[in-house]
Amino acid sequence: MTFNRNTLVSSIALTATLMATGAQAQMSDNAVRIGYLADMSGTYRDLAGPGGLEALQMAVEDFGGEVNGAPIEVSSADDRNSADVGANTVREWFDTQNVDLVAGLVASSVVIAATKVIEDNNGLGIVSGSAASSITNEHCTPNHIHWVYDTYPLANGTAKAVVEQGGDTWFMLTADYAFGHALEADVTRVVEDNGGEIVGTIRHPFPTSDFSSYILQAQGSGAKIIGLANAGADTVNAISTASQFGVVQGGQQLAGLLIFLNDVHAMGLEDTQGLLLTTGWYWDMDDQSREWAERYFERTERMPTMVQAGIYSSTMHYLETVAEEGTDDPETIRAAMAERPVEDFFSRNGRIREDGRMVHDMYLARVKSPEESTGEWDVYEILSTIPAEEAFRPLAESQCELVTN
Amino acid sequence: MTMIFGVPLAVFMGQLMLGLINGAFYALLSLGLAVIFGLLKIVNFAHGAMYMLGAFAALLGLQTLGLNYWLALLLVPLLVGGLGMLIERYMLRRIAHLDHLYGLLLTFGLALIAEGTLINFFGVSGSSYPTPTALQGGYNLGFMFLPIYRAWVLLAALVVCLGTWFIIERTRLGAYLRAGTENSALMQAFGVNVPQLVTLTYGFGVALAAFAGVLAAPLYPVSPTMGSSLLIVVFAVVVIGGMGSILGAVLTGLGMGLVEGLTKVYYPEAANTVIFLVMVLVLLVRPAGLFGKEA
Repeated sequence: MTFNRNTLVSSIALTATLMATGAQAQMSDNAVRIGYLADMSGTYRDLAGPGGLEALQMAVEDFGGEVNGAPIEVSSADDRNSADVGANTVREWFDTQNVDLVAGLVASSVVIAATKVIEDNNGLGIVSGSAASSITNEHCTPNHIHWVYDTYPLANGTAKAVVEQGGDTWFMLTADYAFGHALEADVTRVVEDNGGEIVGTIRHPFPTSDFSSYILQAQGSGAKIIGLANAGADTVNAISTASQFGVVQGGQQLAGLLIFLNDVHAMGLEDTQGLLLTTGWYWDMDDQSREWAERYFERTERMPTMVQAGIYSSTMHYLETVAEEGTDDPETIRAAMAERPVEDFFSRNGRIREDGRMVHDMYLARVKSPEESTGEWDVYEILSTIPAEEAFRPLAESQCELVTN
Repeated sequence: MTMIFGVPLAVFMGQLMLGLINGAFYALLSLGLAVIFGLLKIVNFAHGAMYMLGAFAALLGLQTLGLNYWLALLLVPLLVGGLGMLIERYMLRRIAHLDHLYGLLLTFGLALIAEGTLINFFGVSGSSYPTPTALQGGYNLGFMFLPIYRAWVLLAALVVCLGTWFIIERTRLGAYLRAGTENSALMQAFGVNVPQLVTLTYGFGVALAAFAGVLAAPLYPVSPTMGSSLLIVVFAVVVIGGMGSILGAVLTGLGMGLVEGLTKVYYPEAANTVIFLVMVLVLLVRPAGLFGKEA
């Protein structure tokens, strides 16, 4: 299997090289330079972090390490979830290393700052880790693409499915910062549009280590659903606390709105079983995904999250486009990437819209019970597909300047 | 239904209960800090890391050796306390004659090293530690559902806090300790091995943190970063109680748990800041802390 895949990839690379000979002179400094910026040590480390860098390097290796004879060079930096650190690193990359592509890009606050710098330097960025849908809405630029998911489909998938199953009264636990507020707003809209009602909201500080008080208040509200508009450690904490306080036995259900594979893996199935969630990709969803995920697992001993898979997918799409166009000029590449459909182990029915949003099929999943699971990483059952064109915010509602002008 | 400031009595009682349980954690951790500062004048920034190591040791013990919760509760504090004694003997002692700032920097550095190393191996998502079988389930108190494990945490923490207070304030060993830190030259003249006493005290303070870590393991995800967020709050508690006051640390810990619990009902947005607000007020009115002796 691996043999076939590698042969395939090398032949694509070879063909691309043959087709584009003579265009070599157009690669800036005769090299394609990729800078990987992510949280490598903090709260968001496990969903992208070093594992995302590994996925990126895997894409570069699979591609053959060079584009049309020009070597591909990868550098990486830890943004420490700080917008300042992130923006300065990107600026330095442009000033001193002539970076062609900025990849990774996780915490929304860092991304909004970094994409401004990318725009000022007329570079190209592919955002794989962030949740905020504003990145391709009011914060869109002609210089970046948002690849994996955002808050719009998260609400659209999970909240809609939950209301349709009868969960029509909601109590929201929201992380008290921009991302949480955005997610809360998206969820409120979806719940109300589908005939449900929000009966109470608590905005908790970010981060919070003890959720018992909030869970007790949510229990007292009598709402059928406790919606978690938070992420990472906060979500993990809220879910395990709810389990200790017997929330599910008391007849209430939890709806986690942003949950990654590593979160479920960390909490274990005992505490998370039955949880509904929306994901952009799952390693065990079909043969193509499994094949790639197993190769990834051999390198890292962890199954990839949707973000890590998205980093490979987007890097591959970028390199293939660069090879075909014979240039790494950001404007040309951004336009050419948008013309190519995105169809690979990660993305189904994918395409890049003019606002920079890569729309693709999203999935509604349910966390398996310990009895249903056959292995450490066998944790989701995919319930349904949310088609690409329905999942994301329609362009008609866009505030992005690239669309409205 | 009886209401207290717009909140049903039942909810109010439940929140007080939870506040008390969180307060027990604060008490246990700030007690260790207070003992170490009060007796050795070391500002132990590695305290959060020791708490985290306690939780990790319990988790790894369970996963690799099958060490059960009750044994972990006994053995882990000894193990981590032993590590603390090594740190005191071979590192802190060398800089004991320097300004307190050096001890602070050293322990802070050790905390960063411990955290970074574990992040490298285990990531930051954390793992869950199963609640021991005997303490699963909960009581229905009428006004709330109280998980048995949380009731146990409250009880265990209070017993350990009172025991510590008793040893230090009411026993001969405690008297030696207090005297040794007051005037170590004189104590040594009486034939008491003061350096050994200091090592043991540091080890004991660290063991208290590790004990809190084992208690916390079934409650919160066990992750390398679990200590650093708690440490700052615990320092605030110690400052409010009065640096070095043992009873002050315990009472303030419980009190701050209650204050924080009520904030979570009336204005959740401020829950993480309220303790620091109290700290500012206390520093303005009583700079030595609520229970501290005036400097």
